[in-house]
Amino acid sequence: MSATATAVPVVGQSTADEAAAIRLAVKDLNFYYGDFKGLKNINLNFLDRQVTALIGPSGCGKSTLLRTFNRIYSLYPEQRAEGEILLDGRNILDPSIDLNELRARVGMVFQKPTPFPMSIYDNIAFGIRLYERLGKADLDIRVEEALRKAALWDEVKDKLKQSGMGLSGGQQQRLCIARTVAQRPEVILFDEPTSALDPISTGRIEELIEQLRTEFTIAIVTHNMQQAARISQFTAFMYLGELVEFGPTNRLFMNPSKRQTQDYITGRFG
Amino acid sequence: MSSHIVTSYDQELQNLRRSISEMGGIAEKMVADSGQALLRRDAGLAQAVIAVDQRLDGLQREIEEKAILLIARRQPMAIDLRETISAIRVSGDLERIGDLAKNVAKRVVAISDQVQLQKIVVGVEHMNELVQEQLKDVLDAYATQDTVAALDVWARDGAIDALYTSLFRELLTYMMEDPRNITFCTHLLFCAKNVERIGDHTTNIAETIHYLATGETLPTERPKNDRSSFATLDTPPEA
Amino acid sequence: MNASPAAVAGSTPTAPARSPSSPPAWGRVRAGRRSADKLLIVACTGATVLGAVVLGSILLMLIIQGVQGFSPALFTQVTPGPGSVGGGIANAILGSLVMTALGIVVATPVGVLAGTYLAEYGRTSHLANLIRFLNDILLSAPSILIGLFVYTLMVRPMGGYSGWAGGVALAIIATPVIVRTTEDMLRLVPGTLREAGAALGAPLSIVIRSVTWRAAQSGIVTGVLLALARIAGETAPLLFTALNNNSWFSPDLMGGVANLPVMIYQFALSPYDNWRQLAWAGALLITVTILGLSIVARLVLSGPKGR
Repeated sequence: MSATATAVPVVGQSTADEAAAIRLAVKDLNFYYGDFKGLKNINLNFLDRQVTALIGPSGCGKSTLLRTFNRIYSLYPEQRAEGEILLDGRNILDPSIDLNELRARVGMVFQKPTPFPMSIYDNIAFGIRLYERLGKADLDIRVEEALRKAALWDEVKDKLKQSGMGLSGGQQQRLCIARTVAQRPEVILFDEPTSALDPISTGRIEELIEQLRTEFTIAIVTHNMQQAARISQFTAFMYLGELVEFGPTNRLFMNPSKRQTQDYITGRFG
Repeated sequence: MSSHIVTSYDQELQNLRRSISEMGGIAEKMVADSGQALLRRDAGLAQAVIAVDQRLDGLQREIEEKAILLIARRQPMAIDLRETISAIRVSGDLERIGDLAKNVAKRVVAISDQVQLQKIVVGVEHMNELVQEQLKDVLDAYATQDTVAALDVWARDGAIDALYTSLFRELLTYMMEDPRNITFCTHLLFCAKNVERIGDHTTNIAETIHYLATGETLPTERPKNDRSSFATLDTPPEA
Repeated sequence: MNASPAAVAGSTPTAPARSPSSPPAWGRVRAGRRSADKLLIVACTGATVLGAVVLGSILLMLIIQGVQGFSPALFTQVTPGPGSVGGGIANAILGSLVMTALGIVVATPVGVLAGTYLAEYGRTSHLANLIRFLNDILLSAPSILIGLFVYTLMVRPMGGYSGWAGGVALAIIATPVIVRTTEDMLRLVPGTLREAGAALGAPLSIVIRSVTWRAAQSGIVTGVLLALARIAGETAPLLFTALNNNSWFSPDLMGGVANLPVMIYQFALSPYDNWRQLAWAGALLITVTILGLSIVARLVLSGPKGR
């Protein structure tokens, strides 16, 4: 993992293609739950418009890592992070960062679908209204655009005023993705987005992630290795709070270089 | 290598390995017997070789089925996936080796009562012995996943190719000398070609072993010494 | 996917052999355990039936005695003076309605906001724990104490009984109920919903207003309805605050204000037949109202919005 590349400002500067492609750079990140150290010296880069999967056994810190990228952990006073996470060159762990602005740029989709108890339309509009004052017509356009991007528009266009809670699990999850997409973030974090869904709905979400990759940088935590292999371009294997191996997904799943990785992905962990 | 959390997974892979080694044993015996049959023009032994090929074909289908089932059921990753794919490939090569040995045996049946040119038959048999050694070494290398031994086999095949080219020229010479040799020599030529092809399959297996052990395919072309495609006899041999 | 190991290995599957020492497949449960099981079922059923019979007979007696007193006059005439004939309880009904409404209007915002503080902001802080503790004490405090408290706080300084004091006393009783149910209901809202709101960049105040309260809406409404049912029947705090009045109360709610519980208390103990009849009718009216409120509360909680 390159330690030097990320200091270069990002947009459009074709001075170094490698550097320009890095959207999120994690440097010497340590994370604490009270006295317990949840992450140990993580160094990792997330490339622009690529899907990076985080895999590892339960409690390895993959979700913890994901939750540092939008600082959602700061809802809980006993949790804290040390080190640097550079989003387009700015350290998002810096106390001066406006959390609400950060979260508009780094969206998150959770394991269980979390539709708000309001209409489908309002679910989407909720996130937009936080940041923008739009007229009814403009808001309608944005809601439709988001629902289309989440491949949900055709299923709900006739019932936008109905409660989002009435949708099926898979639809609810796509609603949550639409809600995130509507804010036009740069990075989308997925925390086991399909572990509560049936295979058909899972397939739809995977297809969707593939589509979203053309616009967004994506980080996904998953317990399903085949899923990581299917949808990601890069994979990071974590164990006991450490990053064990990071590399192109094809290589990591066909020919991992670390013994621990091989044992985990082939089901030999003991 | 530590074992899988699911023990039946280990058993399935173990079964694949066992079937491959059984196939290897049968193929080895077929190649050796076909060589002996040729050397002694022993039609009975040749018939036995032809008969045993069915068993090899059956094993190959079995391995393929087991491997496909394993992929469907276990979604093997990394070393396990490479091992499963390798089993399919190696069983295919061994099945072809069996076919080629069978072809040799068939020709032995055809020429068992023909005029004999024992000198050149010995030449083909020598080639067969080299190939047998190759086959044995590559099967051992597969069992131990020994890339070094596999690469050695891979490099050695050039010698067999060279031998084949010289046999080719020699046979042409005999045929030009005396047209009555043509039938026998043509059959012998095909036998030699079949043996040479068996050698090629051992190198395929060697390549598979390299892939199995390292996860990488061999990048370069194998050095080939089979020049028979370009071999002509421009100058008439001295009478 | 999960074939048995035997099938996987390719051999024919066989039933696992039962070792000779293993217990028989059937008849493993000893007779003693069976009878203990039956005994418990009988005891539980018996207790339930006993409770239901007691409650049912109270209700039955109330209906039999109360229905006789029901007439149009009950809802149109004021409470009669001593020794007079007939009369109704119109003034008491209206007084109860006014004071209960007053109590709930004061208690609801205070209770909901305090409950929200405990569930969303205070959580496990020391201050929140202290407030939770005090609230629980208030919840179980004898209501007569609250009557006395308001008496010293309002009745004495204001120079007399008043509906205002009654309303405040009822509010003090309703508030801890609402605080408690609001907090409990908000805690039932999954944390991921709050995280989802925060993940969109919404400040906590907006998440609470737009997401958490909505999610807990039916629970909170139920809490308010239960508090309403509770204060509608309270007698003791009103004795010291609103007292009673045998005629219409003044529009400024100053002086004694007639109300059902105190009316029942006084009339039931009286020597006059018509007073006792009115007390029965009033008791039935209150019971039916509370029963109705409880049913509505349950419907709200299990309604289509409830999860």
